[in-house]
Amino acid sequence: MLTATVWHEIFNFTNYGELLALVRNSIIAGVALGVVGGLIGVFVMMRDLPFAVHGISELSFAGASAALLLGVNVVAGSLTGSIIAAMLIGVLGSRARDRNSIIGVLMPFGLGLGVLFLALYKGRAANKFGLLTGQIVAVDTPQLSWLIVTGVVVLLGLVIVWRPLMFASSDPEQAAARGVPVRLLSLVFMLLLGLAVAISVQIVGALLVLSIVVTPAAAALRVATSPWLVPLLSVIFATLSLVGGILLALGGSLPISPYVTTISFLIYVICRSIPGGRVAVRT
Amino acid sequence: MNVLQFEKASFGYGGHRLWGGLTMSLHAGEFLAILGANGSGKTSLLKAVLGLHPLMSGTVQVAGAPPHRGSTQIGYVPQHRRIDTLTPLRARDVVGQGLDGHRWGIGRPDPRRRRRIDELLESVGADAFADRPIGQLSGGEQQRVRIAQALVSDPKLLLCDEPLLSLDLNSQRTISGLVDRRRSTHDTAIVFVTHDINPVLPYVDRVLYLANGRFRTGSVDEVMTSTTLSDLYQSPVEVVRSGGRVLVAGVPEDTHHTSVLRAG
Repeated sequence: MLTATVWHEIFNFTNYGELLALVRNSIIAGVALGVVGGLIGVFVMMRDLPFAVHGISELSFAGASAALLLGVNVVAGSLTGSIIAAMLIGVLGSRARDRNSIIGVLMPFGLGLGVLFLALYKGRAANKFGLLTGQIVAVDTPQLSWLIVTGVVVLLGLVIVWRPLMFASSDPEQAAARGVPVRLLSLVFMLLLGLAVAISVQIVGALLVLSIVVTPAAAALRVATSPWLVPLLSVIFATLSLVGGILLALGGSLPISPYVTTISFLIYVICRSIPGGRVAVRT
Repeated sequence: MNVLQFEKASFGYGGHRLWGGLTMSLHAGEFLAILGANGSGKTSLLKAVLGLHPLMSGTVQVAGAPPHRGSTQIGYVPQHRRIDTLTPLRARDVVGQGLDGHRWGIGRPDPRRRRRIDELLESVGADAFADRPIGQLSGGEQQRVRIAQALVSDPKLLLCDEPLLSLDLNSQRTISGLVDRRRSTHDTAIVFVTHDINPVLPYVDRVLYLANGRFRTGSVDEVMTSTTLSDLYQSPVEVVRSGGRVLVAGVPEDTHHTSVLRAG
């Protein structure tokens, strides 16, 4: 009996058609984040920045909860927190060791600030929880436009710096010798990463950003090697996790995050266990 | 015309002069080996030629013009560093970076570009692993790909910074042979930084030896002698030529250590 109830809470597809219309915005946001998170994730992996992603998302959370408390736009708050964190990490942490200690220092501070702001906030409790673990179902139209515009900015930025960023991420010394502005690119990348993380925080929550910005790219790198196939697969995996997560969560009463993180994790496990792995594909 | 020309050049970082007074020129097809302990200023010379770091004083010219970042006149082979196995690049993509990796945008498929890359991969004997992920190649294979990458823009000058470090003897021979073949087929001038002259001994025209902030230039026979190196190190150094090899004994270890500490 009990299992049946729990099961019903996790998966429930009654009135599915009507519900689907309600989450149109969320699905659009999911696709946008899938594209942005999947692409930026490839560089996060190449530049060894998963820990930075986590650090940025905690400050993004602090920014968002400050905005919630002050009653201003939550996405703007989240963007502010993200950008400050990304720039601090980018400017102070050009060497890996420095970077990790700076992130280690920033992260608990950000989380602490966030907890403080939320404790002072007297509004709906669902809003509070959502910032940490995701609230995509609550995406309204003005919020959606913010997310889409930010996503487009990240996408355009990545397209412009794509080749030199790929060069600087795989072989910084050689890239510098060929005239690539390695230091500048690393700051530009941190800025784009900050923006991408801010979008993710809105959708999957600060604690679960890695499932969109790191897991899909890590999975893609397990099965592909070409510089166009890896980003493509990474985008497909991220989008699949997000949209799949939204659709599965629809009927039940749980937040979308567990669905998204589970799908993304399963994709990674499957990619890792493919015998031989890493197929080279001719362009 | 001289491919590389130094005029009273001196080198160093942040107001700290490492060495200087270098006046020399390198013409097309010439092979210069640069030797010396770590931290003696070999890398600062390369950085100056690449336009990444200014000289402390004097001038340097590459193909008749002051050096600038990203010059296509120069091909650069950095020290061998293992490439991460999860790098999403195949050997051919790494060579392609030498052609247009510094350009903005994502690039378009281009059959001419593809042919050029194939040509270069073949010239270094890397066509067999052109589509393999770069991170899964052996050290020697990765270094061949790096040479193709450095040569793909058809440079007049090839700078190699310890390209043989941590390679096995066989790969060392292959890589030095490839570099030498390039200068005979394309008249490319070579600057080859190395701590051991033996792998390149058959090819070297001239040696630049750095120690204690001073240097000597000349042919192998002029520089690699007990007298010259003892004078440079200001301590007795024994040089023995045996079976087509140069063996150096008695290089003061502390020079090495202090410079490593300073550099680190």
